[in-house]
Amino acid sequence: MRPFDYHRPETSNDALNLADEEAAFIGGGTNLLDLMKLEVMTPDQLVDINRLGLDQIDEVSGGIRIGATVRNSDLADDARIRRNWSVLSRALLAGASPQLRNRATTAGNLLQRTRCPYFQDIDAPCNKRVPGSGCAAIGGELRNHAVLGTSDHCIALHPSDMAVAMRALDAEVIVRDAGGGTRTTALVEFYRLPGDTPHIETTLTPGELITGVHLPVPAGDRQVYRKVRDRASYAFALVSTAAVLRMENGKIVSASLAFGGLGTMPWRNEEIEALLTGEAPSNALFDKAGEVLMKEAELREGLEFKKPLAQRVLKAVLTEATQ
Amino acid sequence: MQTTLTVNGTRHQLDLDPRVTLLDALREHIGLTGAKKGCDHGQCGACTVIADGRRINACLTLAVMHADAEIVTVEGLAEGKTLSAMQQAFLDHDGMQCGYCTPGQLCSATAMLEEARAGRASHVTEDLEGTTRLTRDEITERMSGNLCRCACYSGIVAAIEKVAAE
Repeated sequence: MRPFDYHRPETSNDALNLADEEAAFIGGGTNLLDLMKLEVMTPDQLVDINRLGLDQIDEVSGGIRIGATVRNSDLADDARIRRNWSVLSRALLAGASPQLRNRATTAGNLLQRTRCPYFQDIDAPCNKRVPGSGCAAIGGELRNHAVLGTSDHCIALHPSDMAVAMRALDAEVIVRDAGGGTRTTALVEFYRLPGDTPHIETTLTPGELITGVHLPVPAGDRQVYRKVRDRASYAFALVSTAAVLRMENGKIVSASLAFGGLGTMPWRNEEIEALLTGEAPSNALFDKAGEVLMKEAELREGLEFKKPLAQRVLKAVLTEATQ
Repeated sequence: MQTTLTVNGTRHQLDLDPRVTLLDALREHIGLTGAKKGCDHGQCGACTVIADGRRINACLTLAVMHADAEIVTVEGLAEGKTLSAMQQAFLDHDGMQCGYCTPGQLCSATAMLEEARAGRASHVTEDLEGTTRLTRDEITERMSGNLCRCACYSGIVAAIEKVAAE
């Protein structure tokens, strides 16, 4: 690990004022310290944000506000989340291990880096780690890689389960800047597609700090998260699907779907949601949804399995959610 | 950096490079070598300790981040020469072979029972708002962060089942 200065400020303002351009904020550190040991990440400062009072979950008008340093385990366990945003509890419980969830934070989970093995290998070319160095994954061994939202420069997968559920729940990220100003950004605007700048993963800029996430009242009471992985527990998703549905008189009146294991960011496809809305559930309808989901997928060698797997998972999730 | 760590009830004044992980502070600076360094990347669970009642991977956290915490390691589970119920159950049920993962398994299992008693759900819990019953499926899911290369899982699960039923 490269040397760094460690700071433990007591206020968000102090945290923002302390942090220079090469600084990293640390919450749980479960991903950051791992990457610092590998020297994939080499911040010159670590600013510990655990004393900023960002560890609360508060009901607010129109939804719930989750602090940046709320631990994944506490978020999954919150009675309000379990009851009304159960897809989020399910996604969190499907991720990592209990020990990691006890440290990992809400903001850190959103900002976690890809598990592409070439990103983690500092001897391999990687446009995300060293802009312009090339991509060893394209033409390399592929399994935990993206098939949607990719570019010729990067096919790294966004690994989060939590963010997939949040995408389906229309989450907004609350961001504070050094001047004390705050902005709220929908998750879809928060993440960036890799394009030719895969090293820039979000619209967060130096001098900004995530202070929390806002979840609106969910658009549906039928919530399902299903994750398929190489082993039964403690593994990243090969494919996952979060569904938030509402049914009336045997018809789907609202559908919000997000996908993990497929995209360079937590994926959502509004064409599928439009296709489902107003329809009665049927196998034919769900098959059509699967076609729409994967029609633009780039199935590189080694990733062909993701098409049928994603379509079957989507069908299973829709079947369960509409029963 | 001057840091105070409270481990198994004893305060230790340490001067640490901020890079020192909690695991290295325990093993190299305090001399408590119970928590083991397996992968050093949070994948194996051999370094599991209990910080403020929660099981964590000591390898993926900095010692300086735990100045206010009460840390319990495997050395702190027994009361004097009397083993904890979990330690005794691991012996009774052959929950180990080489023993390298055992300190992490013991700390993890000890904290896991408290999580279950507090009603925390897991990935395999049928009803998120229901009660928690520690079936074999629940135990294996909840212990999935602790790997055993000797594959003593059947003994480990039997030991935990025994203590959970008490």
